[in-house]
Amino acid sequence: MAVSVLNTLDPRSRAAARGWSDLTIRNVFIIPTVLFLIVFNIFPLIYSLGYSFTDFAANRNVPWSFVGLQNYRELLADQRIWTNFVITAKYVIVSVGGQMIIGFGIALLLNRDFPFKGVVTTLLLLPMMLSAAVVGLFWQLLYSPSWGPINYILGLRSFGLLSDADTALYAVAITDIWMWSPFVMLLSLAGLSAVPKHLYEAAAIDRASSWYTFTRITLPLVAPILMIALIFRTMEAFKTFDLAYVLSVQPTTELIAIKLYRLAFQQWDTGRSSALAYIVLIMVLAITNIYVKYLNKVKER
Amino acid sequence: MRKFVTSLLAGIGLTLACGTSVYAQDKELTIFWAEWDPANYLQELVNDYTAETGVKVTIETTPWPDFQTKTFAELNAHGDAYDLIVGDSQWLGVGSEQGHWVDLTDFFNKHKLKDVFLPATLAYGEYPLKSNKFWAIPLEGDVNGWSYRKDWFEDPTEKANFKAKYGYELSVPKDQKALHDIAEFFTRPDKNRYGVALYTDNSYDAVAMGTEQTIFAYGGSLGEYDTYKINGVVNSKESIAGLQAYHDLFKFTPPGWNKSFFLENNQAITSGLAAMSMNFFAFFPALANPATNPHAANTGFFANPPGPTGVHVAALGGQGISVVSYSKKQEEAMKFLEWFVKDETQLKWAKLGGYTCSKAVLESAEFQNATPYNKAFYDSMKIVRDFWTPPEYAELLTQFNDNVYPYVVNNKGTAEEAMNGVIKDWTATFKKYNRPVH
Repeated sequence: MAVSVLNTLDPRSRAAARGWSDLTIRNVFIIPTVLFLIVFNIFPLIYSLGYSFTDFAANRNVPWSFVGLQNYRELLADQRIWTNFVITAKYVIVSVGGQMIIGFGIALLLNRDFPFKGVVTTLLLLPMMLSAAVVGLFWQLLYSPSWGPINYILGLRSFGLLSDADTALYAVAITDIWMWSPFVMLLSLAGLSAVPKHLYEAAAIDRASSWYTFTRITLPLVAPILMIALIFRTMEAFKTFDLAYVLSVQPTTELIAIKLYRLAFQQWDTGRSSALAYIVLIMVLAITNIYVKYLNKVKER
Repeated sequence: MRKFVTSLLAGIGLTLACGTSVYAQDKELTIFWAEWDPANYLQELVNDYTAETGVKVTIETTPWPDFQTKTFAELNAHGDAYDLIVGDSQWLGVGSEQGHWVDLTDFFNKHKLKDVFLPATLAYGEYPLKSNKFWAIPLEGDVNGWSYRKDWFEDPTEKANFKAKYGYELSVPKDQKALHDIAEFFTRPDKNRYGVALYTDNSYDAVAMGTEQTIFAYGGSLGEYDTYKINGVVNSKESIAGLQAYHDLFKFTPPGWNKSFFLENNQAITSGLAAMSMNFFAFFPALANPATNPHAANTGFFANPPGPTGVHVAALGGQGISVVSYSKKQEEAMKFLEWFVKDETQLKWAKLGGYTCSKAVLESAEFQNATPYNKAFYDSMKIVRDFWTPPEYAELLTQFNDNVYPYVVNNKGTAEEAMNGVIKDWTATFKKYNRPVH
């Protein structure tokens, strides 16, 4: 009898009748998540922000003192830090640019029917499933002038792509392109498959050229998802550490994340490294913001 | 009644079990070290200690690249996960000044350890230099030395050609000039053969250890460690000449030799790529083992040759063992050290493959003839010299690498410019830490 009465009530009343209101249920699920975020994300973020205004060094048992904006001032005035930012910018442009072109290009090729399409797509996704450290070691062997196949195939003889200061950054970027183009490819494929077929049919009826179809139909409709890929890859490339760290030790490949690691965990300059982390964070936020604004404009079109 | 007795017995059993576990926990020690063969030898050694005393000793390891970070993460948190740590000599300053290590000076004096270990190896424990204060017991002695291809050196045609070109016999290099000549002689890119494999990795201390050894051999120095005098020392003509010599040797390394440390330098010999290879002695067992080196029978070893003025120095490697001041088992740790410094333990340590610093063991014919490289190791351990060890050593190391690496590896600037760059950066760092730099 009681069950049948409950069934006649609306869901909110049923929950209330069992003793759990919607609000309670929501809180039971949300509060732990919020607490988790506060403890593991927000608190360290604020704590490290505090450190960035001090001369705290994690390996010294000496009291830290408040230095205000000194860490930020010194970092922004340090020419070497700006060199690291320039290296990082170059890396981001080459690496992300390469991934966008190659990833989207492969997606265009895969966006048609051919035998074993599924197997080929899966195989192409393999690089991004590997750990960056493993990829780094693997490519280090490939690049080796003594026993690596790349020099042998390209006929570079004893020229070391990774050991030459001028080419090392591009060698790291090529590895990153190899690793992450599949990610762009995957997103692009999703975008391409969502383009309505009737638009292509209409273009074909109108005898539109392939280039016209590509620039007027494919690209504009896939652009929003390409922008998302661009945002993700730019953020990731800006923070690249593992791949460059494993592959090269050249001063010309010292990305800002590597500089940050060395400052924090090799020199134990905790205060200054916290400040640098915030400078990097602000830069990534600024770049992402520009992208998101542009993404919204693309969507509005 | 039966139920009562059963419960009583169960209660007694549980109490005893808990008591035993607490007792056993007190009788355990954890030693932290990097992941490499000597750590395995140490685990084998301490099993004897467990058999003798009932104290279980565990050697916990981590890969080399994480070793420093993991150690200091634990020490900075004042954690007691490790009772003893086998740490780099560069950590002595930060370990002692920041209160991470227990002062072992009384222990040193009580056991007359200055007489037990080779004088040069006291550098594993003494800080500041010449202070007679000790923070670590020499555990794994190690030093930078050389391996070479005996068959190439002893080939009659090679010997004749070498003598015709350089005017003296081809043999184990007697000085740094001969090292350079031999490296040049064997460099034949068309045959994929090169003269020498050097340390060049700048991510920790590889390139610093390699260059400092040559700088020292040329009569140069990285500064007066007790007075902090660097100007006129780091950029003295001897120091500059030493750096220039290392830079010149780099021309005879295999292509792409810009990120090389112990692994690559051993590979240079095992793959028949180089005539001579710099490495720490701790990595030489792999070269003497036919299973890991197809040229093992033809691989020889020698100590770093003296420089032009006869200065005979080698870069210190290896580690000392320190008691962690946050450990709750310090008394037990000290008992372990008492056992470790005994002559018979040191002998067993050497026999297992560890590198003892015990004077008696090192000087014995039994030790020197035990492996093809032990004699060279003994010769090298007498002449070791180290990098800076104050708490700011990590900054000094990074700055040294930043200035020296582009010159040695990328041929950017001159040796003098590199050394002046080192002085500029070190002066700023020493001033930051209120050192009496001049």
